[in-house]
Amino acid sequence: MPVLTAVARTPEGFLENVGDWDKELALELAVESGIPTLTDRHWLVVDYMRTTFLAKGDGPTIRTLGKESGVAIKELYLLFPKGPAKLAAKIAGIPKPHGCI
Amino acid sequence: MKHVVILGAGTAGTVMANRLARHYRAELREGGVRITLVDQDPVHLYQPGLLFIPFGDYTREQVMKPRAAHVNDAVRYVQSTIERLDPATDTVTLANGDMLSYDVCIIATGSRIAPEETEGMTGPGWHEKVFDFYTLEGAEKLETALAKFTSGTLAINVVEMPIKCPVAPLEFAFLADAYFTKRGIRDRVRIVYATPLDGAFTKPVSAKSLAFLLKEKGIELETEFNTGRVDGEAGELVSWDERSIPFDLLVTIPTHKGAAFLAAVPGLTNEMGFVHTDPRTLQAKLKPNLFAIGDATDVPASKAGSVVHFQSEVLDENVQRFLRGAPLTPGFDGHANCFIETGHDKALLIDFNYETEPLPGNFPFAWGPLPLLKESRLNHLGKLAFRHIYWNALLPGYDFPGIPPQMQRTGKIFPIETANT
Repeated sequence: MPVLTAVARTPEGFLENVGDWDKELALELAVESGIPTLTDRHWLVVDYMRTTFLAKGDGPTIRTLGKESGVAIKELYLLFPKGPAKLAAKIAGIPKPHGCI
Repeated sequence: MKHVVILGAGTAGTVMANRLARHYRAELREGGVRITLVDQDPVHLYQPGLLFIPFGDYTREQVMKPRAAHVNDAVRYVQSTIERLDPATDTVTLANGDMLSYDVCIIATGSRIAPEETEGMTGPGWHEKVFDFYTLEGAEKLETALAKFTSGTLAINVVEMPIKCPVAPLEFAFLADAYFTKRGIRDRVRIVYATPLDGAFTKPVSAKSLAFLLKEKGIELETEFNTGRVDGEAGELVSWDERSIPFDLLVTIPTHKGAAFLAAVPGLTNEMGFVHTDPRTLQAKLKPNLFAIGDATDVPASKAGSVVHFQSEVLDENVQRFLRGAPLTPGFDGHANCFIETGHDKALLIDFNYETEPLPGNFPFAWGPLPLLKESRLNHLGKLAFRHIYWNALLPGYDFPGIPPQMQRTGKIFPIETANT
């Protein structure tokens, strides 16, 4: 089981290698980001992020998340304060979403 | 006979039509190649000029010209709304009843604002207290509102990325500061800049310089502000996480979308209607004979005129290669070059690409003459001169001597070099 201190990360704290991720690591990343526990609702979003990334090569935008993850935008901001797409991507162990130039 | 159909006669479509017409001059005359350019309206808008209209510096006459006047005579220009693109049959159906069959289709339909995507934005107060400046109508109404504005809070917000000309909202904030200072009422106006980004701009080095400029000019910066709703009547801007910014005047940069007929083609675009495009060759991912350029693509480059110019050199080459069956060149590197007006007749210049963020230094040569990421009067003159360059060199599709399409490292000061010296 990898621990957070043992995996390679970007300066912003995203995992360098998608393959390093597991559920324990997700919990550690969440705690570090100020989310003390991951509820079923959190997992719904995190799993959706990961599945989308592995299928398409890029994480979903907040707009897609709100439409397709089963969690509305309003709730996404309650679950992952400030930047849901960015924070959920970090916890899901996928790269920082593109989209912003 | 090969038929190239170009959808959209804005900056990108016009440049591509003119470049290809020059290259295929003989073939066009002899009937080996045909080029058709389609747009829904007759007026070409100089979009960089919209920034100056709210402050009374440009008039509508200075930013509007007939589209057809800037298109090579050998190109067939059709004015009609585009009804449907059908990649399965390689055809485009127009609202005027025409059906065009193409060998190559270049999508250059740009992006447009969609204020209706944000709750309350187009409700009470729209174009009274809440304005955009990305349309001529919005920019002109904003000019009237600014002239009447004597005190209170001016809020500027970016709803979500991507947007056209990502530096324009910052420029608006800087120019508003200068405008109110000139009118002698700056001390009675609070200016707040709200952005969904985690800094003033996306890339760290320039974000720091631009945040410093905002601070120096007394403009408040609100980061990671994702707009959830707008109440134009009450004058309140609210984020999804329930932060509130009260305003007397809101200048908003709404959500951007691609053309609606593109989003109707299965698999062609992302959820915003921007075409899935190879970032290096500019070929659409859906089908090899479809290409996209400018604001219409989903490539992670700025939506800006300079980007179109650099892309057009690569796409010109790739359309020719495609038509003769040669492999495409992965020549586009995300190069963008933008002047950032900072008010009081000064401007910054930034030059960057997919890999290299905007850095300090000089442009286009090591000695200059234009300083990068630093306020200067010469950069401001460059920005003003750009309007003439736009109509007379960029739209006709000429290469700029000394400025190749790929970003040059010369003149830039890289962080590692700084650390070593």
